[in-house]
Amino acid sequence: MSLLRLRNLSVEFATTGGRFRAVDQVDLDVDKGDVLAIVGESGSGKSVSMLALMGLLPWTAKVTADEMVFDGHDLSKMSARARRRIVGKDLAMIFQEPMSSLNPCFTVGFQIRETLRIHLGMDRKAAQARAVELFELVGIPAPEQRLKAFPHQMSGGMNQRVMIAMAISCNPKLLIADEPTTALDVTIQAQILDLLVRLRDETGMGLVLITHDMGVVAETAQRVSVHYAGQKVEEQPVRPLFRAPHHPYTSALLAALPERATDKRLPTIPGVVPGQFDRPQGCLFSPRCPFADDHCRKVPPAPRGPDLGLARCHYPLNTDERLAS
Amino acid sequence: MSAVTTDAPTSTAPVVTARGLTRHYEVGGGLFGKPKVVRALSDLDFELTPGRTLAVVGESGCGKSTLARVVTLIEEPTRGEMSISGTKATPDAWKSLRSKVQIVFQDPYGSLNPRQRIGQILMEPLLINRPKMPQSEREEKAREMLRLVGLRPEHFDRYPHMFSGGQRQRIAIGRALMLEPEVLVLDEPVSALDVSIQSSVLNLLIDLQERMQLAYLFISHDLSVVRHVADEVKVMYLGRAVETGPKDMIFDNPQHPYTKALLSATPRADPEAAKERIKLEGELPSPLAVPPGCAFAPRCWKAQDKCRAARPLLDGATQKSACFFPEGEGKPSAEAPES
Repeated sequence: MSLLRLRNLSVEFATTGGRFRAVDQVDLDVDKGDVLAIVGESGSGKSVSMLALMGLLPWTAKVTADEMVFDGHDLSKMSARARRRIVGKDLAMIFQEPMSSLNPCFTVGFQIRETLRIHLGMDRKAAQARAVELFELVGIPAPEQRLKAFPHQMSGGMNQRVMIAMAISCNPKLLIADEPTTALDVTIQAQILDLLVRLRDETGMGLVLITHDMGVVAETAQRVSVHYAGQKVEEQPVRPLFRAPHHPYTSALLAALPERATDKRLPTIPGVVPGQFDRPQGCLFSPRCPFADDHCRKVPPAPRGPDLGLARCHYPLNTDERLAS
Repeated sequence: MSAVTTDAPTSTAPVVTARGLTRHYEVGGGLFGKPKVVRALSDLDFELTPGRTLAVVGESGCGKSTLARVVTLIEEPTRGEMSISGTKATPDAWKSLRSKVQIVFQDPYGSLNPRQRIGQILMEPLLINRPKMPQSEREEKAREMLRLVGLRPEHFDRYPHMFSGGQRQRIAIGRALMLEPEVLVLDEPVSALDVSIQSSVLNLLIDLQERMQLAYLFISHDLSVVRHVADEVKVMYLGRAVETGPKDMIFDNPQHPYTKALLSATPRADPEAAKERIKLEGELPSPLAVPPGCAFAPRCWKAQDKCRAARPLLDGATQKSACFFPEGEGKPSAEAPES
């Protein structure tokens, strides 16, 4: 049985302009030791779906799911109190901006010991020892001194390491990393990604990597789930996805990368992601899709079979490739 | 594409020439303490040529943004000189030169006034710098610019919040071009944008450069973007250029270990590519305490005693690097004189 199983997850926000569907019928599975990357443009609902899983959305959000099972617990039927015992312990998350996610009023040592005290019931001495150990694990030099530092006294890379140390402090079974390296320099990014993969190898945790950087996906993930306007439009293992994308959106996204360019002019995707008021009736990508016809504009496509990467498309691409791979 | 040219200038003369450009800041110190010096930029030489792009790459704290501020005549260099179209850029000449150099900032959400309509935003540079121009001509020019950067005429009366990130960056580019500059400084122009939007903004920049023969100073940390747009690349580390040269030479045959590490750390969007990553230890030292000798020595896997004692000079013919033990066929650098 998989570690995380989401079926038909939808998130709606009550806004002044009516209800807005940020996540639309998303299915996801993550196994132990799996590295799943969720990619998509801003507004594709990739962060919101994971925040919904963590139960961190504001009250304006309405989360519905047929199944939301983590490690045998049905999260949707749990009380908030019971859920808090899992979230932060077995199910941990690294947030996007380390600078704004840490509390500026407390030392990083206090913040990491707090997690250990509450979830694992450690006393001060044990928590301090464990915190030092964690800082060493994530590669922070001179951990005893750094534990006494406030977030503003450290660089972005160091703060991100603190966030990671905090997230893995209770040996989580599943770690969700939301754009863990977006704010960092490339040499630091390489260090952090290596660290996450190494932790996965050592502890066998599942890793969900939310990102929009296709380079990071190609180098770290095993499976990739591509999201567009709240829907999952395709899911494939990483190599076949880059070799033979089935959904036109995935294909266009890959073609737009400068490093894949063959010409000085890059291929572009015309138009923008549909917003609250201009959601198309049929396929959500149809207004921007070069292959769309009237059928696409009227009938929303259902996900295809696993051999076609679960692509939500009436006319998936590279259909011959599945024979080859 | 073009054969390796040996230092010969291209057909057009450079519009900006900088020699030994240096900018230091004094910080702290208090009433009696001695202030510390941040060496944000040291001894930078470069030229910007019409129709060509010089890309500056490096991690945060390497002096990229200080360079942008010096080139756009916001900061005066501590030492060294810069000339724009033959005129020396001294503070008394700034006023007349400023309209020749314009800048596009990284964040299109922060750089446009939310209370101004797009038309006003585009007309403002003219209102300030060409006060004698009649209103009708200003408006005509702004509408023309709107078309040039790929927006529609009806956008003229809208506010910035009604636009997506990519469209806003088009507006920011349009505003920078209103005074018909010769040089455009692009400070991370696409790093706040999604991939699909990024490609269309890059296309626009390439189009505009071809049409108006603009000289670009392209500041970025994204090497895949730099590889696509640049003609020349300058790699910076802690305020100094460590390697500079034509794009293909830098990417195919990096000589400085830092360039090599930077290239290997950049993730490639190809899961089947062989990965050989050079892991750099530690982080960038603070620019307040630049290590003696080669600034990169504390993180370098090839560093020897010589590196920690003396500073290598930027040396070479077409491709220059500052290293005593360069990679590939690079020639070891000479020692810098004691300063």
